[in-house]
Amino acid sequence: MEKRVVFNEDHCKSCELCVGICPKKIIKLRTELNRQGYHPAFVSDEDQDKCISCALCARMCPDAVIEVRRPQ
Amino acid sequence: MIPVYTRPKSLTNVVTHYCPGCPHGIAHRLVAETIDELGIQGKTVGVASVGCSVFAYNYFDVDFQQAAHGRAPAVATGIKRVTPDSIVFTYQGDGDLASIGMAEIVHAAVRGENITVVFINNAIYGMTGGQMAPTTLVGQKTTTSPFGRDPKTQGYPVKVSELLATVKGAHYVARFSLHNPANIQRAKQGIKKAFQNQIEGKGFSLVELLSTCSTNWGMTPQNALKWLEENMLPEYPLGEFKTGEGE
Amino acid sequence: MSESMLMKGNEALAEAAIRAGCRFYFGYPITPQNEISEYMARRIGEHGGVFVQAESEVSSINMVYGAAGAGGRVLISSSSPGISLMQEAISYIAGAELPCVIVNMSRGGPGLGGIQPSQSDYFQSTKGGGHGDYRIIVFAPATIQEGCDLMATAFDVADKYRNPVMILGDGMIGQMMEPVVFPEVVDVAGLPAKPWATTGNEGRKANLINSIYLDPEELDTHNWKLEEKYRKVRENEVRYEIVHGDDAEWFFVAYGTVARICMSVIQRLRKDGVKVGLVRPISLWPFPDEAFEKVVGQAKGFLTVEMSTGQMVEDVRLAVNGRKPVYFYGRTGGAVPTPRSVERRLRDVIEGRVPSQSDYFDRVGGGKS
Repeated sequence: MEKRVVFNEDHCKSCELCVGICPKKIIKLRTELNRQGYHPAFVSDEDQDKCISCALCARMCPDAVIEVRRPQ
Repeated sequence: MIPVYTRPKSLTNVVTHYCPGCPHGIAHRLVAETIDELGIQGKTVGVASVGCSVFAYNYFDVDFQQAAHGRAPAVATGIKRVTPDSIVFTYQGDGDLASIGMAEIVHAAVRGENITVVFINNAIYGMTGGQMAPTTLVGQKTTTSPFGRDPKTQGYPVKVSELLATVKGAHYVARFSLHNPANIQRAKQGIKKAFQNQIEGKGFSLVELLSTCSTNWGMTPQNALKWLEENMLPEYPLGEFKTGEGE
Repeated sequence: MSESMLMKGNEALAEAAIRAGCRFYFGYPITPQNEISEYMARRIGEHGGVFVQAESEVSSINMVYGAAGAGGRVLISSSSPGISLMQEAISYIAGAELPCVIVNMSRGGPGLGGIQPSQSDYFQSTKGGGHGDYRIIVFAPATIQEGCDLMATAFDVADKYRNPVMILGDGMIGQMMEPVVFPEVVDVAGLPAKPWATTGNEGRKANLINSIYLDPEELDTHNWKLEEKYRKVRENEVRYEIVHGDDAEWFFVAYGTVARICMSVIQRLRKDGVKVGLVRPISLWPFPDEAFEKVVGQAKGFLTVEMSTGQMVEDVRLAVNGRKPVYFYGRTGGAVPTPRSVERRLRDVIEGRVPSQSDYFDRVGGGKS
């Protein structure tokens, strides 16, 4: 399955602005740390099909971490 | 799958030094999107100011000059006069633009310099550790207004957009906010207009973007956006204060 | 054009700048250099150039930063208090390694001071008026002709080293009229390219004009790179004139306007058989130490004459380094030393009426002369 929403997790700073804005509430923070020492945001594989590709998360993200796609 | 949202190519692919949740990153992205969409990456020259955005040149893949504190509009003037075909923008915070650089910004507008100014107003000095700015709200606590800004001794917040809208030389002056996606989208349109104006030779354009400083405000990034909405919007109404029409 | 023209110093310097390929001028009104701005406002447009009157000296010099960074051949002019206001940006320009030419038609200070000629900006000009380890190259013409010749040189030297060059004059150089023959007009299209300039990154990596290095190691490296450049400037850009170096026993040391006064004193004294000459620094930084090496053996002593309380004399003492006595005479605040007072001072020196020469208390000057 191709992902609708992809995070460049090494650039994430766990500000959670995407978490707060997601209408489907499917963005979570990992328990693991990324290279900068933050818990990066992600959408689990099983939640990918709940994504509606609204891209609000990407518009809100201060670090240009998120890319969003939608099916043809 | 077709892309809905991708990283603009005018942004360099590095991690910024900004704090988590800092809307500088959002504003950078909007400027980069604009540069991409207008196809002007190869002829854009940015001017970085002094403040948190001092390293802005690391984040845009365009030519850049780093200016002294407050002097970005003068530096931009020099660049634009030498290379009028370049698209020149300054990126300045409220300490830089509205305090030490007030003369430079007003007179760049007075001259109608054909440049674009991206002005980030977060009501505080961020880089130096949260001191009072000219834009700090009445009653707002900062490290140099520890009991809240007192108008009796510290005056009232300066409204840059309203002020510059009185300047005949200014073509486009508008204020937007970065506190939610709808407003970010409007801000994007304003930024794009401000660059488009320069391409069309219309003259001085300034976009004021209301922003946050969760670190120095002492809040989470999400609460800071809420604080912006509740406290800054009443003081700093959004809108286009001057659109050049009828001149 | 090669015929001789009678011109005011300030206007001649402006014309010389245009002929040297200067196409961008930024200024702010201040006496006694306004004729430069006014001339540029009238004439630079004829050559496709740009004149901007800024809202302050602070702004005008930052316009120079931007314009120089964008690759322009840029001139700015002002006078002492205005130059003081520019010091921050001059430090940035030196730090970011940008070429430009700055004219200082200096006047008396400190503070608002006066508007009459002065040489009290020597320290500010040659020792780094702003913050940080940097140098600007300083040329001090004694005639309007020399100012015009140095103007062309100044732009080339600025470009060569990517460093600000100052033409340090005074109100007298700026305001008086003299015949001048202008040097050849420079072909702007033939000037060396500036691949580092911020002209848009189409087809290349992005350029950055910058003076911030937060990493101490990087800033240290940057500073030593600058110092290496300044070493080359010291090697290559020293300029001076020695008059009567063949037989002089006593030497005036003076630059600019004061050197001219000394020249008339020399003519008078030589009629009386006094073997006196002149060391005239033309480059104030780099200071012409080598001129003193040439004459220190034959010299009985040096009399430095300045329109200040004694600034260049410190460099003279460093150059002479205790080998021969160095005396001083100065007037300040727009009072120009008369030939008579300079002559009297030299006779006092020669005849042993000036005892001390190595401490600060011999900075004789002032009073009616």
